[in-house]
Amino acid sequence: MAGYLLRRLVQSALILLGVSFITYFLLFILPADPVRQIAGRAATAETVANIREQLGLDQPFLVQYSRYLAGLFQGDLGRSYLQRTEVSTLIGARLPATLQLMAAGIATELVLGLSMGVAAALTRGKALDNSLMITSFVTVSAPQFVVSLLLLYVFAVKLGWFPIGGYGTFAHIVLPALTLGLLGSGWYSRMMRSSMVEVLRTDYIRTARAKGLTRARVILRHALPNAVLPVIAMIGIDIGIFMGGIVVVESVFGWPGIGQLAWQAIQRVDIPIIMGVTLVSAAAIVIGNLLADLIAPFIDPRIKLR
Amino acid sequence: MKKLLTSTALMFAMGLPALAQEYTPDPAAAPGGNIVVTYKDDVATLDPAIGYDWQNWSMIKSLFDGLMDYVPGTTDLRPGLAESYEISDDGLTYIFNLRPGVLFHNGREMTAEDVKYSLDRVTNPETLSPGAGFFASIAGYDAMSDGSATSLSGVTVIDPLTVSITLSRPDATFLHVMALNFASVVPQEAVEAANGDFGKMPVGTGAFSLDEWVIGQRLVFAKNENYWRAGVPYLDAVTFEVGQEPVVALLRLQNGEVDVPGDGIPPAKFTEVMGDPAQAAQVIEGGQLQTGYITLNVTMPPFDNVAVRQAVNMAINKERIVQIINGRAVPATQPLPPSMPGYTEGYAGYPFDPEAAKAMLADAGFADGFETDLYVMNTDPNPRIAQAIQQDLSSIGITANILSLAQANVIEAGGAGTAPMIWSGGMAWIADFPDPSNFYGPILGCAGVVEGGWNWSRYCVPALDELATAADSITDPAMMDERMSKWSDVYMSVMEDAPWVPVFNEQRYTMRSPRMGGAEELYVDPVSIPVNYDYVYVTE
Repeated sequence: MAGYLLRRLVQSALILLGVSFITYFLLFILPADPVRQIAGRAATAETVANIREQLGLDQPFLVQYSRYLAGLFQGDLGRSYLQRTEVSTLIGARLPATLQLMAAGIATELVLGLSMGVAAALTRGKALDNSLMITSFVTVSAPQFVVSLLLLYVFAVKLGWFPIGGYGTFAHIVLPALTLGLLGSGWYSRMMRSSMVEVLRTDYIRTARAKGLTRARVILRHALPNAVLPVIAMIGIDIGIFMGGIVVVESVFGWPGIGQLAWQAIQRVDIPIIMGVTLVSAAAIVIGNLLADLIAPFIDPRIKLR
Repeated sequence: MKKLLTSTALMFAMGLPALAQEYTPDPAAAPGGNIVVTYKDDVATLDPAIGYDWQNWSMIKSLFDGLMDYVPGTTDLRPGLAESYEISDDGLTYIFNLRPGVLFHNGREMTAEDVKYSLDRVTNPETLSPGAGFFASIAGYDAMSDGSATSLSGVTVIDPLTVSITLSRPDATFLHVMALNFASVVPQEAVEAANGDFGKMPVGTGAFSLDEWVIGQRLVFAKNENYWRAGVPYLDAVTFEVGQEPVVALLRLQNGEVDVPGDGIPPAKFTEVMGDPAQAAQVIEGGQLQTGYITLNVTMPPFDNVAVRQAVNMAINKERIVQIINGRAVPATQPLPPSMPGYTEGYAGYPFDPEAAKAMLADAGFADGFETDLYVMNTDPNPRIAQAIQQDLSSIGITANILSLAQANVIEAGGAGTAPMIWSGGMAWIADFPDPSNFYGPILGCAGVVEGGWNWSRYCVPALDELATAADSITDPAMMDERMSKWSDVYMSVMEDAPWVPVFNEQRYTMRSPRMGGAEELYVDPVSIPVNYDYVYVTE
């Protein structure tokens, strides 16, 4: 177990190193010059050259990258070019909001998705199954912007049950979490359904039924834990998505998360912020996957971590 | 527009420029209240030496003051932290007499040393100020710029309330430069205490001070009770909420939660808002010192042929392009917007005449037309405008391929001089200060024809540069008409050479909640976009 963990941690570190290299390289070859964004339109060629030199952007790629990496190893994510402040401060200020929305969003999509999937699997081929699967298809394909605005308009503007966007109280998180939950539940319900259908066909379920267990017990004790396993792995990926890019939901609901920060930085070629957010979300994906793998043996004792 | 503002022009002794000195406060204004302004994007910085976007420009204006200022709602200069000033006969030395007893937000009194420090700071290359170039006419700027000096030799403290600024060349725009945010007076001790984060911990002399900044959520400006201008600001506080989608901001405005949506009316909602009398009544329309144009690269065939450029000018249907943006603009005839001094009244521009344009192309040897590239920024409505331009060009036989790219990439192509045609939308020139020179140097003058420059037409006529320099050497206020007529000549020559197709001048539309009061001019203030926070008030 300890050996496994160590190996995975080293692996994760290498993955993050790779991500940082690729992202930095892509930003380096991008045909948009951050210096010109900083210098503004009144700048003379001299000013532009001076800014380039001061930020070290006149150096070759490997020098720039190794400088960035050296800072990174000391926990320094650098300073934003345009906001002229520490990237870690900017990300840190937004992290709590992102984590809250992530937790609420994942909880909502799991509750909705898993129950829909189980219900569909148990009523396979019947009207409920069909309507649930059509619903999941709709939620998977519905544009985030439309769903967010619709929920906002109906429940906040018209009915006044929730505040029109913002951050702070429990009431603020309900609509954005519901939007994310609805949109994400489609994937989970489909995965859960097919996984459950498969498990219900297995011999051990037949055995369990044959020995006279109640239907509820067969489903809850024997089928569900086995069926839910492949779904767990998805949460790890979800964490990454939520950490990096729920820009649309964040902007509609005025949720001060990391996605907005990333979006603004991309538009302004603010490389230190883009790097910082990419690394944080990549780290979240890596950790999420690692956690999913570590939890698996507890759910299914057949899995051994080696 | 209602004329609630009266400006009194005071002529100073010694042949000083006419200055609109005083502003008559609104008798209906009542102090108190807090307004909410929303924005989609974070506020990048509140450091006056750094901030250079339309969002933080007005915020910085309310936190800081410079030696010069504008009469609210107008483009007329008035004294700011300088109570008065004198200009030497040769136009090279300015003596500013500072207002006594002006306090910074930290309680310390502002002095001439602070003025000097602030100008040294903004021109110091280490500050990385995007506005440093505006101060190029101050003596000693070059030494600052190349790092051989740490202080501007042209700025001298005479006594605690008097500062003298010597220029290396006459500069008719110098007083406008001293009214730019970049020229704001900042206290050295606060800049140093902020340790590089002055943009997040600003301390100025302005009508408001920064009370709270929750990154990614909101900024709260609190009234400066010791503000040196008596009676203002009226508001107790202004809350800026960031991360707010413009469509949602509009919903919140209707719900009474927002007073001014800072990003304006989203294009998709514009027709709906203007079609509803109740909502339209909350919208104030005004001009803007902006021109949207197509650049034609005069160094790239076939645009090196002036007849081709003129033909393109006659092929573009500007009325239709204005319709594409819901009529939020007026067709342009020349580079300068109508509200800019130096604008040539009565000049109708090139007529829209595709037949004549086709004939001109044929005469120039392009009877079968040609193929070219049109660069455009990829956010709405710019690609749609580019399509209209494409259609207009195809009617005279020109095939234009649209390259729809991110803003930074279009700017890059323009600066590299590799783009035959660029539609300037989304990057269009908005004046830094209300003076015709601001529309020439970087975008039509030879100085802009450098790698990374903003003269995307690569248009460079040394004789016009000389005329421009001659115009800006006229600092004698009695000769302002001559200066403006020189500028008018410059732009008329530009039109003859046709390196641009001036397409439209955007109008501004500011929406406000019904409880907000103050003259309409304050809501379309040419220098404080969207709103001049110092002078607006609430009625309940």
